[in-house]
Amino acid sequence: MEALTGTPPEATVPATVVDLGSSSVRDLNQALHAPDAALRATHWRVLNPRGAHSVACGLTEDLSVDIEGHVGYYCAGMNQRATVAVHGNAGVGVAENMMSGTVRVRGNASQSAGATAHGGLIVVEGDAAARCGISMKGVDIVVGGSVGHMSAFMGQAGRLVVCGDAGDGLGDSLYEARLYVKGTVKSLGADCVEKPVREEHLAELAELLKAAEIDEDPAAFRRYGSARGLYHFQVDNAGAY
Amino acid sequence: MYDDLSALGLRESATFDRATIHGIQRAATTGVYDIRGWGAKRRLPHFDDLLFLGASMSRYPLEGYRERCGTDVILGTRNARYPLHLDIPVTIAGMSFGSLSANAKEALGRGATTAGTSTTTGDGGMTPEERGQSKTLVYQYLPSRYGMNPDDLRKADAIEVVLGQGAKPGGGGMLLGQKITDRVAGMRTLPVGVDQRSACRHPDWTGPDDLTIKILELREITDWEKPVYVKIGATRTYYDVKLAVHAGADVVVVDGMQGGTAATQEVFIEHVGIPTLAAIPQAVQALQELGVHRQVQLIVSGGIRTGADVAKAIALGADAVAIGTAALIALGDNHPRHDAEYRALGSAAGYFDDFQDGRDPAGISTQDEVLAARLDPVEGGRRLANYLRVLTMEAQTIARACGKAHLHHLEPEDLVALTLESAAMARVPLAGTDWIPGAHP
Repeated sequence: MEALTGTPPEATVPATVVDLGSSSVRDLNQALHAPDAALRATHWRVLNPRGAHSVACGLTEDLSVDIEGHVGYYCAGMNQRATVAVHGNAGVGVAENMMSGTVRVRGNASQSAGATAHGGLIVVEGDAAARCGISMKGVDIVVGGSVGHMSAFMGQAGRLVVCGDAGDGLGDSLYEARLYVKGTVKSLGADCVEKPVREEHLAELAELLKAAEIDEDPAAFRRYGSARGLYHFQVDNAGAY
Repeated sequence: MYDDLSALGLRESATFDRATIHGIQRAATTGVYDIRGWGAKRRLPHFDDLLFLGASMSRYPLEGYRERCGTDVILGTRNARYPLHLDIPVTIAGMSFGSLSANAKEALGRGATTAGTSTTTGDGGMTPEERGQSKTLVYQYLPSRYGMNPDDLRKADAIEVVLGQGAKPGGGGMLLGQKITDRVAGMRTLPVGVDQRSACRHPDWTGPDDLTIKILELREITDWEKPVYVKIGATRTYYDVKLAVHAGADVVVVDGMQGGTAATQEVFIEHVGIPTLAAIPQAVQALQELGVHRQVQLIVSGGIRTGADVAKAIALGADAVAIGTAALIALGDNHPRHDAEYRALGSAAGYFDDFQDGRDPAGISTQDEVLAARLDPVEGGRRLANYLRVLTMEAQTIARACGKAHLHHLEPEDLVALTLESAAMARVPLAGTDWIPGAHP
């Protein structure tokens, strides 16, 4: 790996630059995982990702990583503390099982964005495909565009904000995740219902939109959550599954 | 009682036997299918249907108690920087904290460590008790990802990507609300007391091509240090093993339908999957055709009870076995001293399989603090270590009798079958013949 020092236009401190045109993902991740990674540089730039998988996954330090292009599967997977920005589109499972930190996708995200993530903030400025937030366990996800079918499936905790539309089966088999959608919802999944928007919900929406740097009116959103009717297996509910 | 009735000329139906009649009556009363623990209880072709050909004129035996017969096994040699080196080829299968008490998990860790082998987490994540008492701990990576966090992943000695288990290939799981205590709920990020569904598919990958990428991600996150296992329930084993190897597995775990579960529908346990005996030759064939037999290690589970079972599985081509149900029995499950309490629950010692409902008198498959306190993890660990030693010594006894200086020197040629079914499944000749039913010339 050849690490160059360069300065991105918006940054005031030099960044360590890794060019995936000449370095491997292994080289990159090993450098980012190194105990002294944060000492070497708090700002990293990744060039020419060209759809590579597992870019900047498993980070544990308070690093800022800018990826200049499209990434494949599992970018920023299991992220802890780091701030990762994808200046392009992201493949399947971006920020899957993230624990903390921030991951921002400037373009669109493929399916299962933020799957099972426990914490932190994921922002998808474009659209997110099917199963966005599947089995989410505490993460906050803000999508500037629309989400595909079965988003927040079995969502346990955390908040999903969709500024566009939601596909079929939103919130199917939902536990305690809270969902907000500005546009239309094609259909709700089993045990997911619309709920009233109260002041505390407007306040948390405003907070989430501000954190995501997305300019939307919280009052324009509708709220969805679990009816909690399927929390215990009962034969009378068999038709609901 | 049966003899008295038969003396009256009464004959029980083979098709509608008493258990079947009871099942119909129970279904008609409750309107719900039966959920239970344990594995398949029906009679299946199994290791009992195989026999070893001991040494005589053409094979020289080793001196029992004197000549060395190795038992160690190295797992994960294909890609991992730190493969596991276990003293014995009998590992502890994945069982969750949640389905089992914390004391039970700790006892499993203690017993495995004393015996020089590994234990495995389960759905719900890793507990400090388990990690602390387990020298070698395999971390299961399951569809639900309950309790899954990268810190624990890095603490593990190996990672097991679970696609399924033998008791319910193609099924997820359900931990009933009575076992979702504050601690279990907290680890799984769920409300206390709700029935907790474990998904049957992984949320962020589908199929072998995706699995390849997922395994690469796990390796990247853990810096290629740890062996990655892939666990499958035995069904289309030949194809699944090939796909697992192509996806990059260092170790393939094949769990036959006798493998246990904490909670699954009876109809699922008894009617889905194939017997362990049938799965092993399929898995070995797949590994051999890919040229990776003994390089990608094979762990077999589902109905391992004795050292003979261990030896037979290894002779058929496994590198190691895993035990679950037998380990729980060693801890004290189904012990006669609890018989009165089992009967109060509608069961009996030797029959108890209601692992799902949390009222286990042995304090193993429960989250009830009073019941769980009945299991002393130190004593439980000692019992398990004893049992593991016996399994190992029994397997060595057989191996020496076959003239083998290491358990891994056992081979299919050392075996014959007692029945046509077992001969066909295990691909060894029917005893006294050179006939392997189904074998192509």
